[in-house]
Amino acid sequence: MSAWDDTGTSRIPAWVYTDPLVYQRELERIFYGPHWSYVGLAIEVPDTGCFKRTAIGERSVIMIRNRKGEINVLENRCAHRAMRFCQERAGKVKSLVCPYHQWNYNYDGKLLGVPFRNGVKGNGGMPEDFQLEDHGLNKLKVAVRNGVVFACFDHDVEPLEDYLGPDILSSFDRTFDGRELVLHGYSRQRIPGNWKLMMENIKDPYHPGLLHTWFVTFGLWRADNESRLRMDAHFRHAAMISRRAEQVTANVDTMVTSFRQDMQLNEPLLLDIVHEDWWGNDTVCMTTVFPNVIFQQQVNSLSTRQIIPQGPDSFDFVWTHFGFADDDAEMTERRLRQANLFGPAGFVSADDGEVIEFSQEGFEQDQAFRTMCELDGTGVGQTEHMVTETLIRGMYQYWRKVMEL
Amino acid sequence: MTVTTAVRERLADLYAAYASCLDDGRFGEWPEFFTEDAWYRVVPRENYDQGLPLSTLSLKGKAMLKDRIYGIESTIFHAPYYQRHILGPLQISAGADGVFDVRCNFLVVRTKRDMMAEIFSVGYYVDKVKVNETTTLFTTKICVFDNDLIPNSLIYPI
Repeated sequence: MSAWDDTGTSRIPAWVYTDPLVYQRELERIFYGPHWSYVGLAIEVPDTGCFKRTAIGERSVIMIRNRKGEINVLENRCAHRAMRFCQERAGKVKSLVCPYHQWNYNYDGKLLGVPFRNGVKGNGGMPEDFQLEDHGLNKLKVAVRNGVVFACFDHDVEPLEDYLGPDILSSFDRTFDGRELVLHGYSRQRIPGNWKLMMENIKDPYHPGLLHTWFVTFGLWRADNESRLRMDAHFRHAAMISRRAEQVTANVDTMVTSFRQDMQLNEPLLLDIVHEDWWGNDTVCMTTVFPNVIFQQQVNSLSTRQIIPQGPDSFDFVWTHFGFADDDAEMTERRLRQANLFGPAGFVSADDGEVIEFSQEGFEQDQAFRTMCELDGTGVGQTEHMVTETLIRGMYQYWRKVMEL
Repeated sequence: MTVTTAVRERLADLYAAYASCLDDGRFGEWPEFFTEDAWYRVVPRENYDQGLPLSTLSLKGKAMLKDRIYGIESTIFHAPYYQRHILGPLQISAGADGVFDVRCNFLVVRTKRDMMAEIFSVGYYVDKVKVNETTTLFTTKICVFDNDLIPNSLIYPI
């Protein structure tokens, strides 16, 4: 495996994004190790027997509600012959049946029965010591916080609240405070880049006010906006919190060529922003929870963005947009309209997928290349402005520790 | 109101012109295929079939369509690509007030520079078209796509 030959995290080697052995170790230690992964919203499985299929790393899992109303996360792999028996994305079932040999499991993943267990006309059958309880589905550890479901293959993982730490927990609870959520729908895209590039994209407050013309021109995200960057004690998670400038009259810096003094919307409704009480003074809060989810509040648009890696050079990016049960029709319409800014076609998101693709191409073309993430120095820490790459350096401090690279 | 041969011809011309406008990259002309208060929507089949309201794009009114074109031409950074729309036969049924319901399969092939052509999007249009003496315009155009994953990003209209 490749070696990282300095002790810092500001010059990230290209192989971090391309080496298949590094990627295999990431799956084992990060996605299947003691880290909480997002699997969905509890409202996606409203009733007993309702399920949703998704993935943690490259392992297929099923989120399902049991008879007690609890949510289980089970690995989508029959204990018999490893079949990924669940092929529908979502639905409602009486039990989980693998069609290959009709092994039948309940909502808790317990094996209920197998055909021909006692043989047929005295022939065959399972051995005498066969016990149903030895052959259930692999059951993950689950944490549900205010309607958001996380799971982990490692049952020794620390509690979710400790995993997030107080600063990230308060960013999380700001949106998910226990209010009932309403599902608006999904967007799915496959981005040909390493999965970490998406985490970095949302830990990088440097780019939005440059790449995304809309952000800088309409003041949604600018280097001169009041902001703060927070991390957990291990620097693996982060929150970028900022306040939109009420009046945007001048360019932030003459070097910012994406600022358009004269840009006017033909339809101002596209940016019809209405303040919601729960925001406080902040108009945007982007929270990255390592390793697989981003929680987005950008003005009135809310989403979770899930990362499902597909090899070292590709990942699926699943957006789940939602609102609150007490939204009136006008607010729902507003959230749906502002969703035009986000997702695979979004005015300020489509180009994130594009730049990640082209970064990956650059990493592929020269393994000896190293990045230069030294905006605001080489250190890592809580920061009260956006002109920094500290959050990226922080994530790699944790990554290097876990990966022993 | 019946679907006359003349209406069929008008609609066939509309779809051919719409496809060639997009395939030629004449995006400035694209809003002109719509009425002032038209609704243009691109939506994954997953959402559409379940009645989930989220769209990949949901543009209401010609003004918003113009903003999208400004976006793709001036603000969204992306790799350039060609589009080729292959449309199926029109399935037309008559509604009220000169508005026709039209359903039509589409296949959009994308060709990026230095790349092979690839299927970019496949699905069907669920449209409402207002036909009067001089104009044939979309009042609603819903592009429902089957492909579960968008290959990275969707920039141009489909």
